[in-house]
Amino acid sequence: MSRAASEASARVEAPLGRRACEVTRNVPSEGYRIFSARDRDGPEPAAGQFYMLASERGWGSEDGRPYLARAFSVADSERERDGVRLDFLVQAVGPGTERLAALEPGERLWIHGPLGQPFSPPRELNPAAPGAILIGGGIGVAPLALWRRRLLAAGVPARVLLGFRDRANAGGLELFDCSEIRLASEDGHRGHRGYVTDLLGVLLEGDEAAGAAVYACGPPAMLEAVRAMCAAAGAPCELAMEAPMACGYGACFGCAVPLAEGGYMRLCVDGPVVRGDRIETALIPGSGH
Amino acid sequence: MTHSAATNTAAGSAGNGAVPGPAGPAVELCGLKLRHPVLNGSGTFDAIAARRVFGEELWRRFPFSAFVSKTITPEARAGNPPPRLWETPAGMINSIGLPNKGLEGFLAADLPALAELPVPLIVSVMATNRDDFARLVGGVAAAEGAAALELNISCPNVESGLVVGESPEETRALLERLRPLTEKPLIVKLTPNVPSPAPVAAAAEAGGADAVSLINTLRAAAIDPASGAPWLGAERGGLSGPAVRAIALQQVREVVASVTIPVIGMGGIASGRDAADLIAAGARAVAVGTENFRDPAAGGRIAAELAEELAAGTDTFSA
Repeated sequence: MSRAASEASARVEAPLGRRACEVTRNVPSEGYRIFSARDRDGPEPAAGQFYMLASERGWGSEDGRPYLARAFSVADSERERDGVRLDFLVQAVGPGTERLAALEPGERLWIHGPLGQPFSPPRELNPAAPGAILIGGGIGVAPLALWRRRLLAAGVPARVLLGFRDRANAGGLELFDCSEIRLASEDGHRGHRGYVTDLLGVLLEGDEAAGAAVYACGPPAMLEAVRAMCAAAGAPCELAMEAPMACGYGACFGCAVPLAEGGYMRLCVDGPVVRGDRIETALIPGSGH
Repeated sequence: MTHSAATNTAAGSAGNGAVPGPAGPAVELCGLKLRHPVLNGSGTFDAIAARRVFGEELWRRFPFSAFVSKTITPEARAGNPPPRLWETPAGMINSIGLPNKGLEGFLAADLPALAELPVPLIVSVMATNRDDFARLVGGVAAAEGAAALELNISCPNVESGLVVGESPEETRALLERLRPLTEKPLIVKLTPNVPSPAPVAAAAEAGGADAVSLINTLRAAAIDPASGAPWLGAERGGLSGPAVRAIALQQVREVVASVTIPVIGMGGIASGRDAADLIAAGARAVAVGTENFRDPAAGGRIAAELAEELAAGTDTFSA
């Protein structure tokens, strides 16, 4: 456990090339699905890192799409007897996610990764932080589940705030395996009726902001709200972002995110976890598509 | 299944680290002795970024027999505003806009890192007038480390308003200006956005080019389904991937018939079979581009598959 914790913030190198993994599980999770793959040859990923995924069969069967692999944060991962188990949270919204949501146990999945910069430890983000605040929205709760597990293993307390639009756009709660999550929903079907960022606003009031280390993943509008709230409160934050991405390893230059200092970063190699003060907005054209 | 088997074979052959990447068949390309015929297309693999991601394994199993850099321009460029990508049936449109550090930044920051490559380096350059092109070629050729240069001529000459690569006259005049500046091989990257690339290829040879490479991407657009407006930040981009493969094959055939210098063929190669088709069409070497995005080790797999195709001596034209 302490080993996983000490490695939690280090970027883990990927084996060169894609490799085929066996799909071991695909189960519904409210409006989403959780599928697992057995990576026999790869390392354990750090929380916040991602993989590029494509099914071995039926990728591009109709209308020639999907063609490119799809970027997915790891929702949970553990080393098991016969390899590293990788869990991914998916919602079928397009040709790639529809195919992945329909994966069957025994099928093979092409993966390359782990890729990208992981979350930084709370003490690195804010030396005054006694713990972490994790805030997730929708399908974006995925990387926070693994981050919470790694923080817990390191003995770092983490408050978890999760929000969903409605019942059809909710799921993944079992990945958190704990009761002290605060929930919000826009339609009020569970928890606070409203945005999850309302819950963050309460936490950032008063003296807590100076000792906060905030980690967020979710739709662009939510990330932008978190970025702006943290900036106003003086609370350091890291955002796990997304952008249209073809390769995941710095080759295609497609995932450009504008930097506050001017120019662009490549989200795949300089992110996907980005400090809030490095960008002027989390509303990136083409993301959330 | 055969793919992973081929990749494993390629990995095994480089076990001692002395000879990187997959095995033969060796080819000679304008004086460069290459261990196999598979290069990367410019702008489809960043060896420096990939080394951060994959570590030393990348150097031990480098997928290409020569590495073609991203295009360098005289001054630094940030690139196009996002979105920069759109997936199409069996392909993609990119509108990246040549982000790079400029000549000085490249020479100071990137060239020293690329000098450690286990394979020859081919530096791609582009400018919008002949003086700037000359400055690039002179600067890169004078530095240690570049084995050859590739001229990206899919850009307008701001002095004439003509896209260099669409005009045989512009292409020949550019080559005649650049040829005396270096003895290093000059490879001309041809644009497919012409009725036929053959006259431009012939003009490049007449101007002193050592090789030509094709195809670059095909001009393309996508519409944002939500707004009806162009999706890409720069409105138009270039199509690549298997969607363009048949076009590449025909354009390579036309160019091979019109020049005596070597031809590097590319466009939608995703397998050794695809590479073998371009070699059957007369290409001396091939380059893998978009497939690198789907598999970072695609070059090595395709080289291994190509070796099998050529060893089998199969009839290499697809029906």
